[in-house]
Amino acid sequence: MKTNSYLLSILVDDEPGVLSRIAGLFSGRGFNIDSLSVASTAEPDVSRITMVTKCEPHIIEQIKKQLHKLINVITVNDLTDKRYVQRQLALIKVNAKPEKKADILRIVDIFRCKIVDVGLSHYTIEVSGDSDKHDAIISLLKPTGIIEIASTGYIALARENGKH
Amino acid sequence: MKLTGAQILIKMIKAEGIDTIFGYPGGAVIDIYDTLAKDNDLRHILVRHEQGAVHAADGYARANNSVGVALVTSGPGATNTVTGIASAHSDSIPLVVFTGQVPTALIGNDAFQEVDIVGITRPCTKHNYLVKNANKLASTIKEAFHLARSGRPGPVLVDLPKDIQNTLVDFEEPKAISLKSYKPNYKPNKKQLNKVVDLICQARRPVIFTGGGVILSQASEEITRLAKMADIPVTASLMGLGAFPGSDPLWLGMLGMHGTYRANMSIGHCDLIIAAGVRFDDRVTGNIEKFAPEAKIVQIDIDPTSIHKNIEVQCPVVGDCKAALKGIIQLMEDKNPEDFKNGRREWLDRIEEWKSTTPLKYEQDDVVIKPQFVIEKLYELTKGDAIITTEVGQNQMWAAQYYHFNKPNHFITSGGLGVMGFGLPAAIGAKAACPDRLVVDVAGDGSIQMNIQELMTAIESKINVKIVILNNKYLGMVRQWQELFYEKVYSSTNMENAPDFVKLAEAYGAKGLRCTRPDEVESTLSEGLNYEGTVIMEFAVDREESVYPMVPAGGAITEMLLV
Repeated sequence: MKTNSYLLSILVDDEPGVLSRIAGLFSGRGFNIDSLSVASTAEPDVSRITMVTKCEPHIIEQIKKQLHKLINVITVNDLTDKRYVQRQLALIKVNAKPEKKADILRIVDIFRCKIVDVGLSHYTIEVSGDSDKHDAIISLLKPTGIIEIASTGYIALARENGKH
Repeated sequence: MKLTGAQILIKMIKAEGIDTIFGYPGGAVIDIYDTLAKDNDLRHILVRHEQGAVHAADGYARANNSVGVALVTSGPGATNTVTGIASAHSDSIPLVVFTGQVPTALIGNDAFQEVDIVGITRPCTKHNYLVKNANKLASTIKEAFHLARSGRPGPVLVDLPKDIQNTLVDFEEPKAISLKSYKPNYKPNKKQLNKVVDLICQARRPVIFTGGGVILSQASEEITRLAKMADIPVTASLMGLGAFPGSDPLWLGMLGMHGTYRANMSIGHCDLIIAAGVRFDDRVTGNIEKFAPEAKIVQIDIDPTSIHKNIEVQCPVVGDCKAALKGIIQLMEDKNPEDFKNGRREWLDRIEEWKSTTPLKYEQDDVVIKPQFVIEKLYELTKGDAIITTEVGQNQMWAAQYYHFNKPNHFITSGGLGVMGFGLPAAIGAKAACPDRLVVDVAGDGSIQMNIQELMTAIESKINVKIVILNNKYLGMVRQWQELFYEKVYSSTNMENAPDFVKLAEAYGAKGLRCTRPDEVESTLSEGLNYEGTVIMEFAVDREESVYPMVPAGGAITEMLLV
């Protein structure tokens, strides 16, 4: 059966062990986590987990219900078919040989990225955007020599006015 | 008022209306035991293994419709509870298990008898807590009981570090529990209930299918009323036995792998299933593709995850079984009974034919005792009124098939997890909850040895339980599979090397009776049941008797092996 990618935004109690409960639910029931990002929110004691999971369409209902069943989960919002903004942040360290520096700066400029660290022979570039943008810049920087990449999971918020 | 953590614990347990707890002491709960010794209102039953404490609490909760409580020490004490907790989780039984823990300052240091029991039990509890602040102890305990008994019930574990137990804190009565992230939906949607009534009116061949949820929500009366007002036959999962009277003409018998012919055939040919408090476990459905191919399914469940999990349903009703059934009955009372009994005679006649051509059967000769015969006699002698606990395997299935449960809370078995060694401690718990009732553990010779040490608990606490051992000197259910599907290679299922159960009973201070002849079954049972005290009745039964009907794993439930 065809699998789809789903984007879930989950509000949880900010308590020790909550992430373990969610991770345990996924591993115990054979669900997949593709990307995960956790941070505090404007409300004290509440954290937001943004998660991308790939599964067959009939499984996503079960995932959402099982998540909701966890006592520490406050809301589960499936953003997949909604209007939302989504961002992923990456730091990309590249070789910056003198003859390549101009090329790199041009790419950084085109993608509206920032250089956040400069060394004698490297640049570290900050990229923020959706996965297409990340894929594109990585493929363009590859020829110059990517040294290493650190990337966050996705974060997302619904576009409608209101809290989820 | 200043109280220690241990005093708060005892106070809060009593405030929940609990009169008996089951436990085993150790270094990390010694403060609690010290406090318990000075308290006259809360009965503590000392088990002989922590697993027994949890099963006993399970039996207590089920017999009493209350919450079972177990208290154990840290490390091995805590890990020994895991099987019992997982069983209660599978069967949605409300328990609160208190485990001792090393002092907070030592947590994470691999201290003596330290184990991360909260981590270990995360997937098999409804929720669990590590209490790190004595000021939050009272509210945590209150919350634990609230979670255990509300919504879809289940086990909750509270881990109590030693220093929390002996810290003095100001005790304040905790406020009523309100959790922003936990609000079970009891009230069913009215629109869905109307849809159910429409489906009942349209159905020609309906069946009601009850599960453990009906027992838990105490909806037995409503199920019976609905069945009778619309002439709908009733079947049940193992966990749902007793919700509808087993002696009623509308009763089909149990459904599933070892269900009756008529129950399985009814599901195979019905056009509507009204399922209440069931999760369509694989032991019930067999091959899911071939399950109830002609039926629309109504599923009533308080837990939304139960719906659409194993099977597609056409009419889900999320809510409390009792409330939903009440609502359905109310809507039907406004209708003309003829509207919903349409064509029923034909359907009931067809079922009657299945029943008369292919009943549950066995043949008792005058040489070897048939296990089914023992259960039938037990049913007759107890007038169907005993609380029956079981171990797991053939003994469990024969008890389910041949003891006709007429009332809820009378059949206590480890249904979902299938724990051998469950029956004896569960019987002790049930008897502690209902001292005036007769409690019988139907056991096999294999299972009974898994928690036999609890015999001492029964004797010491003067909790009088009756143990019926159907001794076939095999792990009978596995042997049956080996006979049918593994060319009779009886690998590791021969139990001929067994203790002398009569002497074993006597060694513990119980009475032991042995019966080897069919004509003595009744007198042995009679003697054992009338004896004032705990007794083991051992029946040497036909070694190779199998449980039938049987649906081979993965088969359609209408394709049964019959004797």
